Amino acid sequence: MSRVRADEEEYWHSSKFRAFTFDDEDDELSQLKESKQAVNSLRDIVDDDDDDLERVSWSGEPVGSISWSIKETASSSTSSLEGRDSSLQKGSSSYAAFPKQVSSYSLSSLFKGRNKLPSFQSLSDALSDTGVKNYAPELRRPKAEYKDYSNDWSPKDTVRRMQRGKVCSLERFRSLQDKLVLLDEAVAGHDGNVITAVLIFLKRTLRREILFRELEVRQVALCHLIHFLKETGEQKLLLDLLRFLDRTEEVALSQYREHLNIQDVEKRKEFLKGCVGLPFSAEDTSHIQDHYTLLERQIIIETNDRHLEKSGQSEIFRKYPRKASILNMPLVTTLFYSCFYHYTEAEGTFSSPTNLKKTFKIPDKQYVLTALAARAKLRAWDDVDALFTTKNWLGYTKKKAPIGFHRVVEILQRNNAPVQVLQEYVRLVEDVETRLSLATKYKCHDVVIETYKDLKDRIQLTAYKCKVERGSAEEEKINSILNNMQIRWKN
Amino acid sequence: MAAHLSSGRVNLTALREAGRRELREFLDKCAGSKAIVWDESLTGPFGLIAQYSLLKEHEVEKMFTLKPGRLPQADVKNIIFFVRPRLELMDIITDNVLREDRGRSPQRDFHILFVPRRSLLCEQWLKEQGVLGSFIHREQYSLDLIPFDGDLLSMEAESAFKECYLESDQTSLYHAAKGLMTLQALYGTIPQIFGKGECARHVANMMIRMKREFPGSQNSIFPVFDTLLLLDRNVDLLTPLATQLTYEGLIDEIYGIQNTYVKLPPEKFAPKKQGEGGKDLPTEPKKLQLNSAEELYAEIRDKNFNAVGSVLSKKAKIISAAFEERHHAKTVGEIKQFVSQLPHMQAARSSLANHTSIAELIKDITTSEDFFDNLTVEQEFMSGIDTDKVNTYIEDCIAQKHPLIKILRLVCLQSVCNSGLKQKVLDHYKREIIQTYGYEHILTLNNLEKAGLLKPQTGGRNNYPTIRKTLRLWMDDVNEQNPNDISYVYSGYAPLSVRLAQLLARPGWRSIEEVLKMLPGPHFEERQQLPTGLQKKRQHGENRVTLVFFLGGVTYAEIAALRFLSQMEDGGTEYVIATTKLINGTTWMKSLMEKLEPAPF
Repeated sequence: MSRVRADEEEYWHSSKFRAFTFDDEDDELSQLKESKQAVNSLRDIVDDDDDDLERVSWSGEPVGSISWSIKETASSSTSSLEGRDSSLQKGSSSYAAFPKQVSSYSLSSLFKGRNKLPSFQSLSDALSDTGVKNYAPELRRPKAEYKDYSNDWSPKDTVRRMQRGKVCSLERFRSLQDKLVLLDEAVAGHDGNVITAVLIFLKRTLRREILFRELEVRQVALCHLIHFLKETGEQKLLLDLLRFLDRTEEVALSQYREHLNIQDVEKRKEFLKGCVGLPFSAEDTSHIQDHYTLLERQIIIETNDRHLEKSGQSEIFRKYPRKASILNMPLVTTLFYSCFYHYTEAEGTFSSPTNLKKTFKIPDKQYVLTALAARAKLRAWDDVDALFTTKNWLGYTKKKAPIGFHRVVEILQRNNAPVQVLQEYVRLVEDVETRLSLATKYKCHDVVIETYKDLKDRIQLTAYKCKVERGSAEEEKINSILNNMQIRWKN
Repeated sequence: MAAHLSSGRVNLTALREAGRRELREFLDKCAGSKAIVWDESLTGPFGLIAQYSLLKEHEVEKMFTLKPGRLPQADVKNIIFFVRPRLELMDIITDNVLREDRGRSPQRDFHILFVPRRSLLCEQWLKEQGVLGSFIHREQYSLDLIPFDGDLLSMEAESAFKECYLESDQTSLYHAAKGLMTLQALYGTIPQIFGKGECARHVANMMIRMKREFPGSQNSIFPVFDTLLLLDRNVDLLTPLATQLTYEGLIDEIYGIQNTYVKLPPEKFAPKKQGEGGKDLPTEPKKLQLNSAEELYAEIRDKNFNAVGSVLSKKAKIISAAFEERHHAKTVGEIKQFVSQLPHMQAARSSLANHTSIAELIKDITTSEDFFDNLTVEQEFMSGIDTDKVNTYIEDCIAQKHPLIKILRLVCLQSVCNSGLKQKVLDHYKREIIQTYGYEHILTLNNLEKAGLLKPQTGGRNNYPTIRKTLRLWMDDVNEQNPNDISYVYSGYAPLSVRLAQLLARPGWRSIEEVLKMLPGPHFEERQQLPTGLQKKRQHGENRVTLVFFLGGVTYAEIAALRFLSQMEDGGTEYVIATTKLINGTTWMKSLMEKLEPAPF
């Protein structure tokens, strides 16, 4: 199943499918080199400024472009700002206190300013007074003031005006019937902005059950309201709506999403615990349960390990201080961590790798990969060896890797395993071609020599002689094999 | 300045001009000196409409980026916020306004310019914070379709796909329809509208409705476009998931092109002047603008990357030869002629230098083992091999913790190429992903399922092979150097979306009714009546012009494929491309992911 590179190449050549190969590799590269050379040689002829074409400032922005100008004008203004600040400091009070005063002052001035403004000058003023009532309760429903210009428009005209960004009042749509016609008109116009505006109006003037009931048969409007509630963070109303619609899975996910906003791990854990019972799909339910269990574990491990690390009693923590806490890390990262710091622990402890493997039903492959990476990083070659050793019932040992030994070799190599360790696993790669290419790549001479010997390939073996050091044991070995009269070479 | 916009069949400078006019008008409404506070995501798109000089002519003296805290102390009469209508930006503006020194004199006036549309929701929000009354002008600037190049328009609405297909919020479709109305006002009514997909149907409906409701919009301009083709992104979810293999596509995949600009690692662009060797290597990324104004780039952008090297070397020879000419210039006249050509030659040389460097950077990546392995798997999936079982390469990538987006792209690609995965396979991938990258990614996986990118196979039926064969999505004999089919843009895979456009032009969709039914959403045709005087009498041999509008995003490779069709000798159709957003697989996936806290390590 798992193809290795050599196979892959063969596959491409033999199959009718064309990969994105650079057939004319050398040609291509030389062409690029050619144009590069030409370009460079031309520099000597005309040593002009490269950027003459288009004036470009230091940061690479073309001079005169908007983003360039922002930096330009902003930097000149910062200097003037600094000038101002210093004069301010010289002048009177401390600078730090300054903005505070400003904001408290401006709030009240705003409040006053609002009343002075002609009221309901805009559409949204007319639309809803939820904002106003926070500041000026007496402004609620001054119906008389709407009279001026908007009384006679039909729902259709109203929507059309709103689409053009014109001022409109919705208060005159008082009956449920009128409101629904208005909503339908807005939906027919497809302008989300207007639909949302009408929904805000309905949300404010209709009883919740009625609003929900009517939206249920108006899917487009419904989607807009859901989107609006998500945007504005009205989580409670959103959940009520979804529940009313029986969209239970969405309720569950939407609630689960909330955990991302909880920074405190204990609280997050408790929150996740509450999520476990929510109506997720069967598949997701087990994931959410695992998420909760994992965080619970991580909290326990974190507390213990932080303590261990601080006390300085544990050698592994002294040698390899932790770079970050394990809280909120993915499962595989956690497994890596536990293989790194808690490899030898008995299955009974929460932090032991075997316990994690069991609890979260981590597949063998995943487990072996992670454990291998962790132990290789610590250069614990005995552990690596043990990972792949199995005993049969007669007590014979055998090497087995659920991930294929070529993968083992790659991981070991990435962790700078010494050649002696590496070649042991290269030798175990079953496919001869792969074994040879890996052995050659990583200079496992013994494996190369033995493989050629097994293949009875005298030519290749002779050729390999130049790859090993002169006078080395490897060279001697090659010579002795080549001189062995008992081998029947195939060439 | 904007020469690249007039190079195509349709002169898009007019659209840019209209945008500039509207901007000037707004600026003049706020009399006196001004400072603009920018929503950073807007500076790029605005840069395509106007330079700073235009703003300066209208008394814009300072410009700042929008951020919380106190506004800088600029001595101006007006402070104007240029923002997208997003709630989180309203919070920042509120903070700015509340911290403004009310005691200062003269007081500064506040204004908001919403782009592209005023939002009642945002105004409501400002009102709840108690600052709405502080703004004198609250206006909108309908920057719907921004001209990117002579044949390319984008709305740059990055969340359009998510809003349309995940949240069923059609606001961006409304903006698309508005943009199309503006386009028709400038370039005439488009007589034929074709479409495929739910969103396409909505946009067409809105256009027809808008036309009916504003009879004044009936214009007397001779139509430039013959046909409009509206395509839903979810009709073709496959294409953006695959790695683009054109030059421009790869630049975007690897470095990301934003508003025609790309930022590149500076090392390869170090000035190699004599005597300066080694010191002062630039540390800031090199920023380059990429559009058809640059002759060389226009020539190579849409080529398969494997065909770029030979063009560059050919150019190098030509330029070298041109510079050699100076030795032959003997008379004063000849020398004068040579000198007069120098600026152009220098521009060509500098352009060649840049693209040689970029090509080298890309080559380092495309020749890497991992790029090869990834592409191998993609191509297997697209050609229909082993799409129904767990893929070992994907498993390996997860085990090695490759970037999650890469994993998601591959898994989604497999799902799309198999009309959904077997439940067992899907569950396996999901488990591996959340165990390795974190349980919270359940949310992202859920979004992908909702968008149809990742799903269980229903009814055990896989339609993809039929679609692939009928639309000839996989071509075995692809010619990368001298292509004869659009499949060259993915070295074998012909983008489904572009195939639909191609088949529409010839022989027409009737020939593929069966396949159209397998793809999501309705397909339709509408006609818009033209006054008799404006009906076109086609000259013999004159090409038709089709505007293809991708609702939910388009990739550079798809654009390249359409340009290829435009240039086909007997093609008969030229294409102009519009979209809600220029995307690639990575930016697209990102837009669908739940925003998560970054991990501490």
